[in-house]
Amino acid sequence: MALPAYHSIREIYRALKKKEISSVEITRSYLDRLASLDARIQAYLYVDEQAALKDAEAADKRIQSGEATPLTGIPLGVKDVICMKGIPNTCGSRILKGYIPPYSATVIKNLRRENVVFLGKLNMDEFAMGSSTENSRFQITKNPWDLERIPGGSSGGSAAAVAAAMCAGALGTDTGGSIRQPASLCGIVGLKPTYGRVSRFGLVAFASSLDQIGPMTRSVWDAALLLNVISGHDPKDSTSMPREVPDYTAGLESGIKGLKIGIPKEYFIEGMDPEVARRVAESIDAMKDAGAEIIEISLPHTDYAIATYYIIATAEASSNLARYDGVRYGFRDETAKGLRAMYENTRSEGFGAEVKRRIMLGTYVLSAGYYDAYYRKAQQVRTLIRNDFRQAFETCDVIVTPTTPTPAFKIGEKTQDPLQMYLSDIFTTSVNLAGLPGISVPCGWTGGGLPIGLQFIGNTFTEEVLLRAAYSYEKIFPFSTRYPEVLEQG
Amino acid sequence: MAIGQKDVEHIASLARLSLSEEEKSGLEKDLNAILGYMEALNTLDTKGVEPTSHTLEITNAFREDELVPFEKKEAIIKNAPASEGAHFQVPPIAEEVSST
Repeated sequence: MALPAYHSIREIYRALKKKEISSVEITRSYLDRLASLDARIQAYLYVDEQAALKDAEAADKRIQSGEATPLTGIPLGVKDVICMKGIPNTCGSRILKGYIPPYSATVIKNLRRENVVFLGKLNMDEFAMGSSTENSRFQITKNPWDLERIPGGSSGGSAAAVAAAMCAGALGTDTGGSIRQPASLCGIVGLKPTYGRVSRFGLVAFASSLDQIGPMTRSVWDAALLLNVISGHDPKDSTSMPREVPDYTAGLESGIKGLKIGIPKEYFIEGMDPEVARRVAESIDAMKDAGAEIIEISLPHTDYAIATYYIIATAEASSNLARYDGVRYGFRDETAKGLRAMYENTRSEGFGAEVKRRIMLGTYVLSAGYYDAYYRKAQQVRTLIRNDFRQAFETCDVIVTPTTPTPAFKIGEKTQDPLQMYLSDIFTTSVNLAGLPGISVPCGWTGGGLPIGLQFIGNTFTEEVLLRAAYSYEKIFPFSTRYPEVLEQG
Repeated sequence: MAIGQKDVEHIASLARLSLSEEEKSGLEKDLNAILGYMEALNTLDTKGVEPTSHTLEITNAFREDELVPFEKKEAIIKNAPASEGAHFQVPPIAEEVSST
């Protein structure tokens, strides 16, 4: 199978505008690649070719009428945790068996307004709980760069689909790194916006003080474009902030001359893969050569982020997931005689092992006698972590770190040890705890051909600066034309 | 604060989960390992530190309490495993109360 002719949403947009191709043609090319590749990669949980082609026909009409926007006619995928009216939404769980959302998420409505093309729904760890997508109850998604390895998680389906050009871009969600970590491991761009930037109406809740929806794309410009459309205040989500949405693509060309980049010494730890360490260091040097000012900073509470995160996230999850009781939607155990037994059997059969583990942990840390020792303590440490960043941003504009300490690991390598799996989020969870925006961009490939990711962290609601820094880096190290070998094999 | 089998059963009951013996012993092991790791937080002095429940600079988002009817109510009811008219159906509650 031929490699894609257009490597980013931006290139497809230009081609559509010049009428080199139609949206129907580009949509068919993505559907064809999906049909030939996804049996091996298993990124999609649901594909509707007819609906996609109908979207594309509508987009072509709009393009003909001269009223197209840059996203009109662009084929996208959606993580299966964001509701789309009339299309099954599983969250990778059996407990939502048969659930058809009667409404669409606000981000989906916003994208529909641009006449994008929706190809289907993408695999994920059950209820977004995991770092490898192995917790999906339906299938194991493979990393397109090495089919024996995990794509990261929880937005592993989204990352793998973008990396293998089975969609031009995708939506993911990030509670502790679930956009940035799989983006890093699959060699694509993944942006987690500031908490409150994007409406979560229609996103199935995991940990409500941390969850954000964000774009996963092949270029920084593409991520900025998608952010333009999904951002903004929504009366249906009272945690979305009533702040103006700038054009995030506008200032990207301004460069990084004079930009102060903070390097936190706590992120360069023992146990980091040497190839990752080397590429991150070389990338920092390259940005210095391009005129950025490199400043060493300290985020002293970094070591406490994982423990803090897994207390807060599981506590919120145990409460959010109480709604799955077999009454209003999804799976119900029909054998139980009484109501309580029905609840217990439904939940025990409907949820997988990791979700049960987190519900148990979250219930424990919130239970009488332990609340102060765990939950309140974690909320206090969360304040310390936020203060670390506040202080850091007094001396720098953005922070640069590795996204993950190692490249993608093997399927099955960490499934027996939940704590080891949790530790793969070591560089990403602080950002959610502090409510900050973060983006991962590819910064190299290991000798074995696995992608390495570089993380940029910005201050709250400074996505323009964050994206400008990442875009400038992309100019130094272009990556969107690189494809895994599996594409050429067809 | 090590967790024993009784604690696991108590938490499972609070969370409305019925666990197999194998699941119970697995969770006892996992929870102790994870909570042991979380003990690290106790090395930090957090006296007088305000807890953070969310990171937004807002405390409340008020709006008018307006009734907005949902257009396709039947699409909501259709998702229920059992329903009658505009109601969700559940197994008997009263019988359970009398038997426990």
